[in-house]
Amino acid sequence: MNDIKIAAKGVQVYYADTHAIKDVNVEIEDKTVTAFIGPSGCGKSTFLRTINRMNDTIDICRVEGDIRIDGEDIYDPKVDPVQLRAKVGMVFQKPNPFPKSIYDNVAYGPKIHGLARNKADLDEIVEKALRRGAIWDEVKDRLHAPGTGLSGGQQQRLCIARAVATEPEVLLMDEPCSALDPIATAQVEELIDELRQSYSVVIVTHSMQQAARVSQKTAFFHLGNLVEFGDTDKIFTNPEDPRTESYISGRIG
Amino acid sequence: MTDLSASKSGSLLTEDKRTAKRNAAEKRFRAYGLGAILLACLMLVLLLISIVTNGASSFKQTYMAFPVTVSQEEFDAAEGSILKTGAYNKMLQSALMDYLVANDLLGDATEDDVKNMISGEAAADVRRMLLANADVIGTEIDFSLLANGRIDGYFKGRVTRETAALDTKITAAQLDLADRMTEDGSMVTRFNWSFFTNPDASVQRPEAAGLGVAILGSLYMMAVVLCLALPIGVAASIYLEEFAKKNWVTDVIEVNIANLAAVPSIVYGILGLAIFINFAELHQSSPLVGGLVLTLMTLPTIIISTRASLKSIPPSIRDAALGVGASKMQSVFHHVLPLAAPGILTGTIIGLAQALGETAPLLLIGMVAFVKEYPAAYSSELGLFGEASTALPVQIFNWTTRSDPAFVERASGAIITLLIFLLMMNALAIFLRKKFERRW
Repeated sequence: MNDIKIAAKGVQVYYADTHAIKDVNVEIEDKTVTAFIGPSGCGKSTFLRTINRMNDTIDICRVEGDIRIDGEDIYDPKVDPVQLRAKVGMVFQKPNPFPKSIYDNVAYGPKIHGLARNKADLDEIVEKALRRGAIWDEVKDRLHAPGTGLSGGQQQRLCIARAVATEPEVLLMDEPCSALDPIATAQVEELIDELRQSYSVVIVTHSMQQAARVSQKTAFFHLGNLVEFGDTDKIFTNPEDPRTESYISGRIG
Repeated sequence: MTDLSASKSGSLLTEDKRTAKRNAAEKRFRAYGLGAILLACLMLVLLLISIVTNGASSFKQTYMAFPVTVSQEEFDAAEGSILKTGAYNKMLQSALMDYLVANDLLGDATEDDVKNMISGEAAADVRRMLLANADVIGTEIDFSLLANGRIDGYFKGRVTRETAALDTKITAAQLDLADRMTEDGSMVTRFNWSFFTNPDASVQRPEAAGLGVAILGSLYMMAVVLCLALPIGVAASIYLEEFAKKNWVTDVIEVNIANLAAVPSIVYGILGLAIFINFAELHQSSPLVGGLVLTLMTLPTIIISTRASLKSIPPSIRDAALGVGASKMQSVFHHVLPLAAPGILTGTIIGLAQALGETAPLLLIGMVAFVKEYPAAYSSELGLFGEASTALPVQIFNWTTRSDPAFVERASGAIITLLIFLLMMNALAIFLRKKFERRW
């Protein structure tokens, strides 16, 4: 068993009067892919966004409880969300490259965090990130072409490369394949499996097959509750909770 | 099966009642739309035709060319007299008389007729030139001098022999003389550069009136508006749109900005009079005060258009920036603002164009004054943009209130000039938007 990277205890999230996440306790391991599954509106994306405090940008959103990364409370008033987000990278549902060149897309994070001392350093970081994003071979000859000119699958891998360029420890992925075709999805899934070597990856997905393919651990959310959390094999073959079973067999959701 | 086929509607080849009604309604609506657009185009064409037919002639001006010799004694005597330009006027009149007699052009024109051919402004022009180049004194100079406004009007069709018969300021003999001088080549009508450089002139001398001071004043005011309204407006919009918490205070501010955009511009004039002139004791008629008032007026426009263009940037770009650990400010300044810039620029230029054409608030802060001196951008006494000035739309208003029809022509010419400025600004806005527009 790997070390515990993220530990959430009694997490509650409210949007104004709506209680979106109800008392979630979960421990996410390092160097593991953890999948969050559940029907639409069950709170899995909301919970994902509490891990790098992206919910801070929503005025009406309120988070209670305790989330620790490596034992440090990320909601401590002393924590700067900017520093946190450098440590916890995020990939979004829709590929969202900046309307800049491929190079600038990847170089932006390292630049603002001062990770490169000079141009050669930066070039190296960009190449490494693009290689990790499994897109280097496709774009190495056109690094200064606009990132928005790539295909959807390439854009998403560029976004992954951009996220890993800042050397995060945790990578959050919010339905990264929902806008991609099956071939691009397969490429991204392969990539996720490789990223597991270095990061703790948390992926929200609507596709149960995807969760089964890429993850080692699975959490099933329903109506804001964490219903069941455990090894992916066990959740898909022998769920304990009847709701999990109903969802997996296609009766609800 | 039989039931289903029974409920079938008629043939597709014939229009049923409902479809016919619907199609007729659509046809009617298209006709209304086309009619509205044609009506608008017709009005625009009529407006342009009326302005151009009235104003095009103001871009031409009639000049007289004849040799004048001013001796050193004459110069000294003129400079020593009380009515200096009066003395020069006499010199010009006698030089013209000599020229006409020498070339046998005089005909039945009397001495008074000849005297009144020359514009009152010509003597001042000559004096200015002699003071600037003292070495031409005593030599024969070929001056090109402004002809009287009525003579100028004769070549532009404004004055005819019928109107001249009723006009005490022009005689048939003068018109004959003008015809003879034109044949001789000593009277020419050419492009009127001085219309854009001359200051305003007195009611008696429409031929000398120009837009110089008004254009300068408008430029100064635009500089003030650009320097104040753009940074303040953009900063306010960014704060409201990206940083401010959405609560009732920001709602109230938002509603009030929308309301301010609809406040009649003359109200801003009253505000400017009360605050900038009476309270802050800035100088009245100055482009600084005018610019400040127009800034107040333009701010809501700029804020509204800037917020609209910030809103149009997809939130995914902000998320992407925050996701790699950019601070809120970095995400706004590195990503959102560059993408919104074309929209912001367009809004600003349209706001400026609106300010350029604004008249009412300027009347209240005294920019309607008759200004003969070019205002300096900076003077030690009055400070930056503190010297009295006027503005293009106010100059138009000013000229239309004068009785001489020559000023109607000048006013129309000024309207054409103002419209050209506005078209240029709008073209620039479109160009900037096309150039910097980026897709994602």
